[in-house]
Amino acid sequence: MTSDDQYGSTITEKILARASGRERVRPGDLIMAKVSLAMANDITAPMAIDAFRKIGVPKVWDRDRIALVPSHFVPAKDIASASLGMRMRTFAREQEITHFYEVGRAGIEHILLPEDGLVAPGDVIIGADSHSCTYGALGCFSTGVGSTDLAGVLATGEIWLRVPETLRIVYSGKPGRWVVGKDMILKVISEIGDDGALYMAMEHSGDTIAHLSMESRLTLTNMAIEGGAKSGIVPPDDVTVDYVQHRQQVHGRERPFDAVVSDPDARFARTLEIDVAALEPMVAQPSLPSRAVPVSEVEGQEVDQVFIGSCTNARMEDLRTAAALLDGRKAHPRIRLIVIPATQDLYQQALHEGLIQVFADAGASVAAGVCGPCLGGYMGVLGPGERCLSTSNRNYRGRMGHRDADVWLANPAVAAATAITGRITHPENVGALV
Amino acid sequence: MSTLRGKVHRLGANVDTDVIIPARYLNTTDPAELAKHCLEDLDPTFPLRVRQGDIIVADENFGSGSSREHAPVAIKGAGIACVVASTFARIFYRNSINVGLPIVECREIVEITKEGDELEIDLVSGKIINLTQGVTAAAVPFPDFMRAIIEAGGLVPYLRDKLATGAPVDA
Repeated sequence: MTSDDQYGSTITEKILARASGRERVRPGDLIMAKVSLAMANDITAPMAIDAFRKIGVPKVWDRDRIALVPSHFVPAKDIASASLGMRMRTFAREQEITHFYEVGRAGIEHILLPEDGLVAPGDVIIGADSHSCTYGALGCFSTGVGSTDLAGVLATGEIWLRVPETLRIVYSGKPGRWVVGKDMILKVISEIGDDGALYMAMEHSGDTIAHLSMESRLTLTNMAIEGGAKSGIVPPDDVTVDYVQHRQQVHGRERPFDAVVSDPDARFARTLEIDVAALEPMVAQPSLPSRAVPVSEVEGQEVDQVFIGSCTNARMEDLRTAAALLDGRKAHPRIRLIVIPATQDLYQQALHEGLIQVFADAGASVAAGVCGPCLGGYMGVLGPGERCLSTSNRNYRGRMGHRDADVWLANPAVAAATAITGRITHPENVGALV
Repeated sequence: MSTLRGKVHRLGANVDTDVIIPARYLNTTDPAELAKHCLEDLDPTFPLRVRQGDIIVADENFGSGSSREHAPVAIKGAGIACVVASTFARIFYRNSINVGLPIVECREIVEITKEGDELEIDLVSGKIINLTQGVTAAAVPFPDFMRAIIEAGGLVPYLRDKLATGAPVDA
């Protein structure tokens, strides 16, 4: 080892070194990493199961470390989707998969698994869904893969990875009343572009992080992929440890974990500084997340549909924020408002807190535990020329339906404000306009 | 087999997997069915125009977004012999290798290539020739480990052989 190697490691390098049984790893190293948890959903699992069978091993590597979550086309939207569900269910029973979630007891995987105590700092999580980068908010390495890669994990419990360089983002200042993780990550993507973090890990740091709830942190890491990143990670702190221990206790899944952080002399490919104190809620204009601008620049834009949901923004904090604005108000007569709490547990909590009543009174269509219109396959698909403001993660052409539909991305407060007025609205202006 | 020759469909930057195969078609895993809708949201005539052996040439971040393996499966099913791009989104990159869709990173060729040009690609040496423009360039080479997966015909045969013989699966 030369003296040139004598510098520290990032959190991502530390986790991957341990998972591959090495003392240290550096960006560009190809490693074989041991996987803590593998995940697939109803769209990716059937293809992964086919590939698994072709690999030719009779049993999965560890039935306790696999989560199969129906979330996209459930309850089955058509006969073809029902058949996909059947393939997944049959496999789960045959292999006695511990964490198979049935419809009605499930939810969107990226919100469900952390809530269910299956994610902890230091883990390596591989999910057959691009938003599997979400789990990094808990201080683990997690990334999305396709079905065949996941089949390899099901068979061997390992995956080859190229150790990523790290883009460090340093946030400073306390977020304003209406600013949450969604606005911070949209700001980042607007600065670096849709492929600005290609092949990299995004590490979210700075004094702002201490002000962020676990919900906001999960949104930050959720959209790493929209900046092209391999993974997103928030260094674990007291908020992380409290959250993880609580979720483990609730579900009887206590296990030790290793909360590591980057060394002070770790090397980063690039450092980006974001002044959060000066940040306004952000809105991504059609048809790229990088086209995000402060909400004041697009206020007044009429829309036809507002969607509050998805793995990006359908947690309790999101639902409470939306309900606080919608309480005692109605969705604009021209607007279709769709609200989908991410999991059955969150739906029940929202029910208990009276939030579902608020949404229903406002004229919203409320469902639970499904990705919904986010990916344009089911529930709230957009027609030609229609416009939607959504709390989801992608506004690509055709993402939510017809190729000529337009989608704006925003946080839940902007979404609720927009539902009330029928036009893109800064939440602080709702009172004055209604 | 290692040398491909085909006509170019020239696409831009950020061709995402939603536009390659929209979610409304993800209720099937059948390659032929997926191929019928390949890239139709970018250009509804694409599935009708594409011919066996054609080549896609695209700018940065090809295959961005969703991890759906249906995207490279749809492209391969439509008869595309190879995708050449300035850069690929990483999940699409892995998926393509895993399902046996040849992909090549080569900014130099992408920048001078136009719709309808003819390309010749040697997948072994990584040499790419734009026959129409008379330009030759070298692709970014694959690491040895990935080349082994490609030569095995994808991840499934690679792992099947390794696991059957008890050989270590090393990166």
